[in-house]
Amino acid sequence: MLYTNLKHIETAAQHQKLISENENVMICCGRMGPMCIPVYGIMEDLEGEYKHVKFADMEFDSPESHVIRNVPEVRGFMGIPFTMYYKNGKLVKATSSIQSMTQVRNILDTEFAATK
Amino acid sequence: MTHSNHYNAIVVGAGPAGLTAGIYLSRGHVRTLILNEGTVGGQMILTHEIANYPGVESISGYQLSTVMRNQAKKFGCDIKNNIAIASLKLDSDIKEIILSDGAVYTADAVILSPGGRSRTLGVPGEDALKGKGISYCATCDGDFFTGKEIMVVGGGNSALEEAVSLTRYASKVTIVHQLDQFQAFDYAVEEARNNPKIAFMMESLISAFHGDEKLEGVEITHLKDGSKQNYPIDGVFIFIGYIPNTEFLGQKVALNGWKEIIVNADMETNLKGVFAAGDSIAKKYRQVTTAVADGTIAALSASKYIHELQKYNSLQPVIS
Repeated sequence: MLYTNLKHIETAAQHQKLISENENVMICCGRMGPMCIPVYGIMEDLEGEYKHVKFADMEFDSPESHVIRNVPEVRGFMGIPFTMYYKNGKLVKATSSIQSMTQVRNILDTEFAATK
Repeated sequence: MTHSNHYNAIVVGAGPAGLTAGIYLSRGHVRTLILNEGTVGGQMILTHEIANYPGVESISGYQLSTVMRNQAKKFGCDIKNNIAIASLKLDSDIKEIILSDGAVYTADAVILSPGGRSRTLGVPGEDALKGKGISYCATCDGDFFTGKEIMVVGGGNSALEEAVSLTRYASKVTIVHQLDQFQAFDYAVEEARNNPKIAFMMESLISAFHGDEKLEGVEITHLKDGSKQNYPIDGVFIFIGYIPNTEFLGQKVALNGWKEIIVNADMETNLKGVFAAGDSIAKKYRQVTTAVADGTIAALSASKYIHELQKYNSLQPVIS
């Protein structure tokens, strides 16, 4: 259970629905650990500012998170969280391990700039 | 300066020391703002289970930090999170902090509790391969290295204890340490030495990481003879201690040789109206409980300073 204030994705079907129904989506797939919690915190802080982006989390150890863990773009990843950025249902960026506020902002501004 | 941007006290940092200061000040009706560069909770959130915090049998660091934050907010403390400090002026009566977004905050007193962070090696390839074979958290990433050969860098308790815990996953763990002996307690050294999966590479350091999409190897410099050698490796875990987050203070506040803030028993720094608390100050023991104690003392000292300042200002004749 991820006890964050973000929207929780619990199934692969919910994941598919979220990315197909929203133009810009950021999903952090992790645990309640020291590398993941800072990223959830950043997302919670940015949620009000980036209203054109949907923010959500997904539990890394849930079997349903295969939709994130098994995509080719994360093949070399060996650190949680896996943070995924989707535009129009397509994965446009993925990062591994802890990220700073500046790093997340840079990705959001680059990948989702057109509609900000 | 707008009135809403002036506070009686500004606390820099929202670890246990900063949050405690926020709780005490706000409960004492001192208008307080906490400015925090990272995640609320600081190093406390790195702890999965805190079992030695008096009054609470067991709690995660994340949960404890959430409770502390809610307590501070309940008493009226403002908290601004994930900010970046661009500059600060601490040597005048009115202290001023400017953020990277241009926002300006002023206060009568400042409590510095910026905490610390994991030390990195700072060698080529480290940033690019973080999360792709380089990790700073065994609990988080250990299972990615099941059946693989890894290295652990460091010679303290954390390095040796985490090396032992990583043998649950890895086929072989090599501890790389730059000295010829460990700084860890004897029990930790003994446990590591008795583990058949652990090997040792003493008087050596990693001088570069190699790999494109993921870590493929490291360059080891052997300090005894200066020779360099490349080793293929699947993962490297780095546990080489913490450094205080005091770079932003520049030369403004007195620091010791380890860049820790020097304080007296009342948590006063060398500057009038500037106090410090938590892991960033010069002290021997760094625990949640000691940080909470520091934050309490700093808040009470700052509160006394602010009240004396207000009393003094009210006695000054008005010049028209």
